[in-house]
Amino acid sequence: MGLDFNQETFRNDFTFRNSPKAIRRFPFPFHEDGYMYSVNLEPHVPGPKGSVFEHTFDVDEHYVAEMRDRALVLAEDPLRCQSLPHMTLAGWDLLELIMTSKARDYPHWFELHKQGDKWHWINKPLEIEQKFTFGDETTLPYGPMEYITRQTQGDFSLQDHRDDNLWMDAGMITTQADWSLDFDVGMSFHEWHAPVPLAHEKGIFDRALKFLLNLQLGAPVRRFNWTMTVDPLLDTSPETYPQWGPTRASLTPETIGKRMHLRVELQTLIRLPRSNAIAFPIRCYLIKFDELVTVPKWGRRLHRVIRDLPEELAVYKGFARNRPMMLDYLAQYDDGTPTSPGIWPD
Amino acid sequence: MPKTVFEPSIKSRPTYGVLEHRPGTAHLMVADAEGAQALLDLAHSAPPTLWTQAMIVYIPGRSGQQFTQALANLSPSQLHISPSYAAAQPRLHKILQTAHAGLQIYLAGTESLMGQAQAAAMAVGVPHRAVQMEHRGSLARRVQCVHCKGITENVTTDPFECSHCGLNLFVRDHYSRRIAAFQGVNIDAEDPGQVPPAVERFT
Repeated sequence: MGLDFNQETFRNDFTFRNSPKAIRRFPFPFHEDGYMYSVNLEPHVPGPKGSVFEHTFDVDEHYVAEMRDRALVLAEDPLRCQSLPHMTLAGWDLLELIMTSKARDYPHWFELHKQGDKWHWINKPLEIEQKFTFGDETTLPYGPMEYITRQTQGDFSLQDHRDDNLWMDAGMITTQADWSLDFDVGMSFHEWHAPVPLAHEKGIFDRALKFLLNLQLGAPVRRFNWTMTVDPLLDTSPETYPQWGPTRASLTPETIGKRMHLRVELQTLIRLPRSNAIAFPIRCYLIKFDELVTVPKWGRRLHRVIRDLPEELAVYKGFARNRPMMLDYLAQYDDGTPTSPGIWPD
Repeated sequence: MPKTVFEPSIKSRPTYGVLEHRPGTAHLMVADAEGAQALLDLAHSAPPTLWTQAMIVYIPGRSGQQFTQALANLSPSQLHISPSYAAAQPRLHKILQTAHAGLQIYLAGTESLMGQAQAAAMAVGVPHRAVQMEHRGSLARRVQCVHCKGITENVTTDPFECSHCGLNLFVRDHYSRRIAAFQGVNIDAEDPGQVPPAVERFT
């Protein structure tokens, strides 16, 4: 077990790193040498063996350390996990989905035994064993959404479907790219996306909402989002911005390769069976620039994407001030040769 | 046409209309300061029977005595003059908790007043769109500090100092109906101490 998962931290001494294997399977989000918002949804179908798309929920070498970090965040600020009263059923849907998927996809780590509504869950990496009654909150130490998302990498929001809209009425949000669940819980689809620049005018959210309202059971979809993070800090929350904000002003040409990280969100959208809510896992993957450029195609392409990005997006994503230094670093890895289509390493 | 014209903004920023009479079995009206004028204007178009079923909660604020007699002249079934929203809250909650289907809700005045009363109505299950709102008077904002979660009332400048934790916050247009507040975010987080001068933006 100890060999499967890294001993690492996402705070203080920041010992997080990716193994060579983790670098090769990193979900590099740019399929071409440029980036602009689009409704880039595709079916969340199983991808190549070993890739982050192989299973419904990817469990990787960072699993145990990420769960430890989540527990620390929640101990400091319990408002990062909230569920409005009508969302409990969706929480059970999510618990079932995750337990069933993990027990099927990673039987050496997770087991689920069911006898009617008497369930027995075994999570070996986290050394958790729980017998409970499905549907009875009093038999779990937390509500169902909180219980299972304390054991699952990635942030989760649960979206209620009513009045031809989606409402973000529950969530476990501790690895967010600078948005506040506590502020946004209860908002409609367009409201919680309100601060995003350029995309509203392009009709992105109108089209995405229309698509998602028609999301079918058993036909999940996925997309990427991305930003930049100084130091491998999973918890870049607005709540703690005064603590981590100064790091953005502390990069030097000597440290940028080690400290600047491409932060990729693999977002999936999954219709839930009983509640008809939509589960929205937002899985965060971090990679240091020094790690990323070990794949020559990615170094070249990231240089071109960052160079050509509209200023509004660099400001919104919070790296406008560091863009010149990032480009100086990345330019060393861009020899101007063409890149192959698609996201995978050559 | 609404009397207050707001700059175009993002989609979470509330917009307001003009109060109109809607059929109902009871009518709760909550207003502050110049919001009284919206109720008086409603009287021009509404049937006189509206007022026999109307409960008005009015917080005069900076308008003082200016509108109180005119509101009394509407002869509502109840007219409660309150020194502050906080003081009016227990009464409002009682009305909302004991309300029957068919209650119409009319809010008028500042965003802080309307936002808090709307949140109170939502808390008892009234859909937010069923609440009518008309903005009148001050543009001062109610702002939640995203860091300490404290709410500062009557924010007129940007940036401003959080009345709870003391951080200097810039005021976003991002708005939470649940909290009834705009979001305030530390303006000098990346460069501590570099706070631009406060500008009067919301008066």
